[in-house]
Amino acid sequence: MPKREAVALGIAAVALTVVLPVCNLLPASSPLAVSNFTLNLFGKFLTYAILALGLDLLWGYAGVLSLGHGVFFGLGAYAMGMHLMLEIGSKSVYQSALPDFMVWNQVTALPLFWKPFHSGAFTLLAIVLVPGLFGLAFGYLAFRSRIRGVYFSIITQALALSAWLVFNRNEMNLGGTNGLADFKTAFGFPLNHVGTQRALYVVTAVTLVAAYLLCRWITLTRAGKVLVAIRDSETRVLFSGYSPAAYKLFVFVVSAVLAGVAGALYAPQVGIITPAKIGVLPSIEMVVWVAAGGRGTLYGAVLGAFGVNWIQSWLTTSYPDFWLLFLGGLFMGAVLFFPDGVVGALGRLTARARRLLTRTGEPGSPGDRPRVALDSSRARRPGVLDRASGAGPQLSQATLGVMRPPSSEQ
Amino acid sequence: MIRLTVLLSLTVWLAAGAASHAAGAPPSSEVARALADLTIDDADKREAAVTVIGQTRDPKWIQFLSGLRDGSVYARTRAGVTELVVGGSKATRGDQDVIDIAGAYDREPLGTVPLADLKEVPADRRLRLVIKPFLDADETKGQFADPDPGVRRGAAVKLGNQAAAGAAPVVEEALKKEGDRWVRHALAEALALIRLANGDGAQRAAAAQALGELHSESALPALQRLAADTAASATEREAAVHAIRGIQRWGLLTRTVETLFQGASLASILLLMALGLAVVFGLMGVINMAHGELMALGAYATYVVQNWFRAAWPAHFDSYFLVALPVSFVVAAAVGLVLERGVIRFLYGRPLETLLLTWGASLIIQQGLRLWFGAANVDVSSPSWLSGGVPVMVGLTLPYNRVFIIGLATVSVAAMYWLLFRTSAGLRIRAVTQNRAMSSCLGVRAGVVDATTFAFGAGLAGLAGCALTQIGNVGPSLGQNYIVDSFMVVVTGGVGKLAGTILASAGLGGLTKGVEPALGAVFGKVAILVAVILFLQRRPAGLFATRGRNAEA
Repeated sequence: MPKREAVALGIAAVALTVVLPVCNLLPASSPLAVSNFTLNLFGKFLTYAILALGLDLLWGYAGVLSLGHGVFFGLGAYAMGMHLMLEIGSKSVYQSALPDFMVWNQVTALPLFWKPFHSGAFTLLAIVLVPGLFGLAFGYLAFRSRIRGVYFSIITQALALSAWLVFNRNEMNLGGTNGLADFKTAFGFPLNHVGTQRALYVVTAVTLVAAYLLCRWITLTRAGKVLVAIRDSETRVLFSGYSPAAYKLFVFVVSAVLAGVAGALYAPQVGIITPAKIGVLPSIEMVVWVAAGGRGTLYGAVLGAFGVNWIQSWLTTSYPDFWLLFLGGLFMGAVLFFPDGVVGALGRLTARARRLLTRTGEPGSPGDRPRVALDSSRARRPGVLDRASGAGPQLSQATLGVMRPPSSEQ
Repeated sequence: MIRLTVLLSLTVWLAAGAASHAAGAPPSSEVARALADLTIDDADKREAAVTVIGQTRDPKWIQFLSGLRDGSVYARTRAGVTELVVGGSKATRGDQDVIDIAGAYDREPLGTVPLADLKEVPADRRLRLVIKPFLDADETKGQFADPDPGVRRGAAVKLGNQAAAGAAPVVEEALKKEGDRWVRHALAEALALIRLANGDGAQRAAAAQALGELHSESALPALQRLAADTAASATEREAAVHAIRGIQRWGLLTRTVETLFQGASLASILLLMALGLAVVFGLMGVINMAHGELMALGAYATYVVQNWFRAAWPAHFDSYFLVALPVSFVVAAAVGLVLERGVIRFLYGRPLETLLLTWGASLIIQQGLRLWFGAANVDVSSPSWLSGGVPVMVGLTLPYNRVFIIGLATVSVAAMYWLLFRTSAGLRIRAVTQNRAMSSCLGVRAGVVDATTFAFGAGLAGLAGCALTQIGNVGPSLGQNYIVDSFMVVVTGGVGKLAGTILASAGLGGLTKGVEPALGAVFGKVAILVAVILFLQRRPAGLFATRGRNAEA
């Protein structure tokens, strides 16, 4: 890992895991105090950031755009939610051992697939295994038959739609449209207690840092290099004797597990999980976090998840009608004007500023690199330089030529 | 037990008394007795009396029954004799209420009498039920003379469902005069149903056989009752069982044909959507996620045109749809053109980016529609020439609106083929699709080709939206419901070949409607997704993959 990034990561990790919770302990009168609401909001954003990391690893590095990550997020969240529902026990509204929605739906016995979720250990295992195995099966079928590019994106979108429809059905015994809610305790700790929420926040922050380290480690290994190579020219990787499908499958499963873990941390902090988090729109929103922050950088994904959701929580309360307009504009703007996201735009801005200040600007100097990358991407656009037609391999190159390969930062 | 008014019990002693009639054709003794029975407090006798009166089929007596049902028949006792009169308009004279009365049969005015001197002959629910078939039979007689076969058919079906014995002569008479094939069928079915319900043993067996030959789905409950009826003879039951089997076989056939037809109409919608998508994707490598919203724009354009006609030319309301078709095409094409020239052309050949970009555009259009027209569904009414349907076989009527959509899709495909393979514009489109750089070098203006093709594809989506107003709800999220399905068509069909798109939409449309009855809509969708993924295992690039140098290696 480059030294600058390591330092920045260290500072961010300390700020998120130590400083913020400590500020939350301060009395409300203190100027540095962080309210419980803000801490909870940050906790939610951090779960999104975990998911965005996985998505960035998949899209920014391996060039595989999934429009169905809401499904994996949902699988993790529902696995956790099921355990929390069972923990309520007979303290529920209907004082039945069954979750309330089952009482409404006249289910008399706990369905078989709910029973193992009584065990906390099993739940923790399921949070990793259910999204992981599902991602493995789906990814195997998709990558084995070389479904790629937009084809893969479309199939994953259909997956999100199907999963959303299925989770909405009452006969699935997963709470239907209302989902799972009204949790009381998490592993014995009362959820309405400030201390529990603070602990959940710290767990989430630590998980995010760990996930970041995991993803960064993957990108620094040989496998990470192969992933970038697959992104830039899958055919050449194939001809060089590698199996792109295996690498893609690996990274797909990693990102699915990260999404599942994010969902599992989301459910107890927000207190509800519904199919609305699974569908087509939430799944594609996750992509825009990464696109807005900056692909292929990892930290861009984290910043994007934070930034977009911060704006969302502000806009949806202040100007609810304009949120979708803004989101649509963000999609278009991110693609048209900031192809490398906020991170890339900032990089270009600082490079220009530095050039203006020093007036040297030798090509190849570290500050100049983003500009060069952008120029080369422009040159590769098929409209300007075109070799073949259709969705040929040059498309994927051009698509991703916008981005700096992160390995060049070393 | 029927509860009659206490007042009426006063007239019980008149049970055997005969009503006297001042003028007109004197009622036969049978009818006279029936009229007297009407005034007594015995539900069975009153019912029998109504039947006797109704079976005269005399229009004047039918009118009397109608009055009885409406509560305007009164009993008047004069000099120890009770007679029935029909009340007219009421008035208040001095301190008492008075009423104009007329004779029961010929409506001859009998002057104005105090209301207190009369006793209303009440018609409770049970009596009204007995009266209804006679009135209906009388009414249907008028309907059988109607020039519209649909009305005649409706009347026959109604009589058949009531299966009242009294209606048989009316049906027989109508059957003699009827010329239309489908009305004749409905009449024969009604007659058999009536005989099955009211006839003797031999008649019932014959009726059951006839119903079997007529493939009468509505006779199934009655036939099943007969087949299980231990009191019926063996011949009857056998005939019933045989008929049931035949009808069920026929029902299976009609349902199969119906499913195929529904599949075809769904496939047509998907085809209209996917045609534009597939051509644009093949030409420019652009995945247009806003295609569904272009369809929604077409639907809203239809809505606006409809409102405009309703306000400006209510007399020509039916022709609004003919105007809406081109308008929706133009509106969607114009928006598509703006989208293409404004943003998409900067991102050619970068499918993932265009996917996100057009998704953003779709969110903006969708929210724009929501802000402009409101979040609720809007109401688009069908023109009269698209409501109703064409009966193709017994038990199956194909609605005109779906037939129209299939026709529209067929015409669109033909137009697309003509455009691509018979015009110079099509030649250029194909050239740019195959090799953009070389076409540009040879003087084809690729930008113009892109723009027109994109606009044309968008216009087709607009047409699909216009057609969709006739069979579904129109709301801001209309496009979202179809976009994923139409992308599945593009993926399954492969890029760059129209035949692939056509086959894939037919396959997916048919499959969807085929599995829906067994799995339900939701799990049907899941089954389709699984089927598509499994299909792509064998053919990763869709049905008709591009081969050779241009193919993705």
